[in-house]
Amino acid sequence: MRFENVGLRYGNGPEVLQDVTFALGPGSFHFLTGASGTGKTSLLSLLYLARRPSRGLIGIFGRDITAMKRDDLPPIRRRLGVVFQDFRLLDHLSALDNVALPLRVAGVSESDIQKHVPELLTWVGLADHINAKPPTLSGGQKQRVAIARAVINRPDVLVADEPTGNVDDRIAFRLLHLFAELNRLGTTVVIATHNETLVRRFRFPRLNLAGGGRLEVLPPLADVEEGAAEGGSPAAPGAMAGVGPVPPASLAARSDG
Amino acid sequence: MIPFFAPRANLPISADSTGRYLPWLVAMMVFLAVLALAGALAVGGVLDEWRRDVAGTVTVQIVPATGVDPASARAETDRRVAQALAVLRDRPFVASAEPLEEPRLVALLEPWLGASDLVRDLPLPRLIDVRIAADARPDLKALGETLREAVPGVSLDDHQVWLAGIIDLAEGLSLLGVLVVGLVAAATAATVVHATRLGLEVHREQIEVLHLIGAHDRYIAQQFAARMVGWTLEGGLIGLLVAMPTLMLVSWLAADMEQGLLPPFSLSFWDWMALALVPAGAALLALVTARMTVRRALRRMV
Repeated sequence: MRFENVGLRYGNGPEVLQDVTFALGPGSFHFLTGASGTGKTSLLSLLYLARRPSRGLIGIFGRDITAMKRDDLPPIRRRLGVVFQDFRLLDHLSALDNVALPLRVAGVSESDIQKHVPELLTWVGLADHINAKPPTLSGGQKQRVAIARAVINRPDVLVADEPTGNVDDRIAFRLLHLFAELNRLGTTVVIATHNETLVRRFRFPRLNLAGGGRLEVLPPLADVEEGAAEGGSPAAPGAMAGVGPVPPASLAARSDG
Repeated sequence: MIPFFAPRANLPISADSTGRYLPWLVAMMVFLAVLALAGALAVGGVLDEWRRDVAGTVTVQIVPATGVDPASARAETDRRVAQALAVLRDRPFVASAEPLEEPRLVALLEPWLGASDLVRDLPLPRLIDVRIAADARPDLKALGETLREAVPGVSLDDHQVWLAGIIDLAEGLSLLGVLVVGLVAAATAATVVHATRLGLEVHREQIEVLHLIGAHDRYIAQQFAARMVGWTLEGGLIGLLVAMPTLMLVSWLAADMEQGLLPPFSLSFWDWMALALVPAGAALLALVTARMTVRRALRRMV
């Protein structure tokens, strides 16, 4: 996935993003940081194809999406997993049906859905809430449903907008471990966050949006206090109550194939 | 939600307040549309019958002149017939006016009076067979008055004159019926279109999510249209179910007074079929609108 001199403006307003250039290698993991109002969500909306840039080039899976017809975009979107900032779960659907949505849209058979979705929900610790509707779930539980929906079709790229925005640090760490695990299985991950503790703890490279809509690519932020204890590598997955250390076979299969 | 169809719980487009009011709204509109259409169709059917009665021919009758001298009386009668013919043939809407020849008149009376020369001496009324031009709308009443003024003892067939007046009224009513059907159809269409647009607002979030997880426009439009069509069909069938007994009641009441002035209020098989298609029409309208509305909204998304 690569951006070349990408600019974005709304209407005739000033450019919220200017000359954004970067490349995400397959299987990479990046944090997207920046003060609020610097255009993190705008940049992410370009990443998950909710918008087209005002100028510049966006390449994904080796194709230039700025030149593609809109009818050709859905197959690309199906290879992306998105965790929206406000989850965007459908309140009238059960957790199971919410997570099944990307599969139904892609025409996956109902028997496969009934097999894989409960498995994944169990893995993210929602075995007891498979038939619960989002309004009855807590913030953290909704978040895990949203993440399950983003990863159910084994995306090549996972984009998450402030996925730890409204949960405490303990759950935030658990979720980050989940993303790191998916990354280990081969998924390219981009996570927007303003939680510096997380960025220090999980030492992944950063895309930082500075003022004026410019983007700089920064190396991992060193955690001076805990860096030595962790041995300099990204935090090891596992050891998370509620989230099993080994992802379900349906997800793990991806890394092999 | 009227429990007509058990809706699938896991459709991506949710059931919501639209499902509570749209069916009832459509039910009322379809009820009115069916009644108005039935009225227009029934009046139209009756009109066709009446027009057949009136169109074609009118009979003018001339009372024979009486006098002491049969020969001069006969001559006077012939003169009256000639006068009436002159007046009739002068009218643009009269295609032809032919007096019934005496031998034919006599032949008509033969079964009652026998074949006797005596019949020829009877003062028989003369009849003129008037053929009206195909597309003409003659003012028979005025014609009758003109004839009466010009020729003594002449008369037009009363029944036809009366019917011609009634046809004018019925045509007005039929036109009004068609107008009402048009207005109700337009209002139904507007209701369905508006409800569908409103439904789009309610479901915008769901539509956007479907779009972003890689659903094709066709899929989203189908999901949305399925909801809208379901609700419209529900309402339409309810409207039809209420309208049918209402029509049968009217039909029964009309049949009761058939001996009177009114012709039977009756609908043909095809008329009933047309009425049954009204809910389907509303559903089709909802389908087309829903698809177009969603597609247009989606085109605004990348």
